Amino acid sequence: MAGYIVRRLIMALPVLVGVSLITFILLNVVPGDPVLEMMGKHVDPLTLEKVREQLGLNDPLYVQFGRFLFNALRGDLGKSFKTGQPVTQMIMDTFPTTVKLALSSAFVAIVLGITVGIISAVKQYSFFDHAAMITALAGISAPIFWVAVVAQLVFGLQLKWLPISGYSSPKHMILPAVVLGIRFAASIARYTRSAFLEVIRQDFIRTARAKGLAERAVIFGHALKNAMIPVVTIIGMQISGLLTGSLLTETIFAIPGLGRLSIWALSNRDFPLVQGIVLFTAVVFVIGNLIVDISYAFLDPRVRLQ
Amino acid sequence: MGKRKLLEIKDLTVKFFTEDGTVNAVERVSFDIEKEETLGVVGESGCGKSVTALSVMRLLPSPPAKITSGKILFEGEDLLSKSEAEMRRIRGNLISMVFQEPMTSLNPVFTIGHQISEAIVLHQKLSKKEARERAIEMLRLVGIPNPEKRYWEYPHQLSGGMRQRVMIAMALSCSPKLLIADEPTTALDVTIQAQILDLIERLKEKVGMSVLMITHDLGVIAEMAKRVVVMYAGQVVEESPCEDIFENPLHPYTAGLLKSIPKLEGKKSRLHVIEGNVPNPLNFPSGCRFHPRCFEAKKICGEKMPSLVEVEGNRKVRCFMRGSFPEEVLAIERAGRN
Repeated sequence: MAGYIVRRLIMALPVLVGVSLITFILLNVVPGDPVLEMMGKHVDPLTLEKVREQLGLNDPLYVQFGRFLFNALRGDLGKSFKTGQPVTQMIMDTFPTTVKLALSSAFVAIVLGITVGIISAVKQYSFFDHAAMITALAGISAPIFWVAVVAQLVFGLQLKWLPISGYSSPKHMILPAVVLGIRFAASIARYTRSAFLEVIRQDFIRTARAKGLAERAVIFGHALKNAMIPVVTIIGMQISGLLTGSLLTETIFAIPGLGRLSIWALSNRDFPLVQGIVLFTAVVFVIGNLIVDISYAFLDPRVRLQ
Repeated sequence: MGKRKLLEIKDLTVKFFTEDGTVNAVERVSFDIEKEETLGVVGESGCGKSVTALSVMRLLPSPPAKITSGKILFEGEDLLSKSEAEMRRIRGNLISMVFQEPMTSLNPVFTIGHQISEAIVLHQKLSKKEARERAIEMLRLVGIPNPEKRYWEYPHQLSGGMRQRVMIAMALSCSPKLLIADEPTTALDVTIQAQILDLIERLKEKVGMSVLMITHDLGVIAEMAKRVVVMYAGQVVEESPCEDIFENPLHPYTAGLLKSIPKLEGKKSRLHVIEGNVPNPLNFPSGCRFHPRCFEAKKICGEKMPSLVEVEGNRKVRCFMRGSFPEEVLAIERAGRN
């Protein structure tokens, strides 16, 4: 097991280098000058050149990229052009907020999604099933910025139940967590339903019934563990996505998380910060996928990690 | 007479209500199984034999399936009028079932030991530890080497034959009175088939149970059963003692089945086939359901449905050419009933 994890992490290195390289190239081809962005338009050309020299932006691109990789390996992602703070510091300052938001919305989504999915599958084609699946489809299809604004309007401005933005109390987390969670819950519900429907048609479910087991024991004992195998993949991937910050939700609700930091870094052409966030995102996905793969081995004895 | 009977199926009719129409899967099927007897039920795929078996277990998916009439008496009590909770106490305990597909009939994510113990804990009210000992004993009984170790293994670590042994161990773990074996050897290699049949035969003696052996393989019937019920298109077309059916099949369909078995000895000729196809259960032919494929069919066969009538004392057949013509047939049937 430990050997497997180490091997997987070593295999992830080329992925991380690739991700960094693509980001680096993209940053250098998109229009916009980070130094101009940083110093303002009315700076004198000599100072501009000096700052460029200091930041190493005059070096050939491969030297710049090599330097980034070399420093990243030592855990140093450089300093933000705009604030001068270490990038790692900035990521670590915002990450806990994003984690809190991600975990609370994931909790809402997993509990809601799996419960609805199971009921829908067991009562296939019932009124509940149709209603739940239409709602889920709507939940997946509705753009998140729209859902967020509607939620702010209804629960914040009209009903005045919840604050519409900011991040100062647990109460502030409810709207963003639910808005983020709905879409996630909707996809979990649909995946759970289809996985369950497939499993409850299997021969071994008939065997379980033929043993004299009660329907509850058949569903939760025999079907659930099998049906969870595909659902875990979806949950794992989505949680990785949530953990790296939701750009729209954090921006709309003014939550100082990684998502909002990404937008800020991009709009300021803060190259080191963008590079750092993208690399961090890639690391989170690599670890997330690894955890999903390891959890397979616990759910499915046919999977042996090697 | 009634005392010796373990299971009596009387006029069982099962329909499937589908979008395409009503499927008459089983129509007025009747047969009995005596205590400690092995009854064979033969027929092609889709003739209703598995549906009959699942009806006894009350495991038909409903909807679309519905038992529209009939009785299934087990030790004199009608299973069809039992509540779901009462049925659960019977399933896996008094009546067990072994299925055709050993590869998919075991849950892949639980150890085989867990799956056997589950039924024991449920019905015998034993502790987990006692159930484990009993499960290991069952594994040993069905000839699985090193049962203490195998107990902790998962289905994918076992071959098809071994898995079917596990299914049998599971089915017999609560010493049922009736074992329904639905094509237990169809998915297995020929050499393994014989071993599994031997095993069922041996354990039948040991446990003192009756066996309902469902198969499309007359070889299996010859090996195992004392009496045979032949089903075609949802109906019983013949019921005879085993030795009679091989020597002198009554129904043309049974005769056709026997002729289509390849023989090792004697003159080699092309294998006999029953012309035509199994009729579509959504739309059975009028009259005798076998008449479009029957080389002996007369005009009446396409017009009227023959009844199942008793002949030669201990045999039954559904054929105008073997029983007798309609008026007389009805008279005989009435006489036989009362």
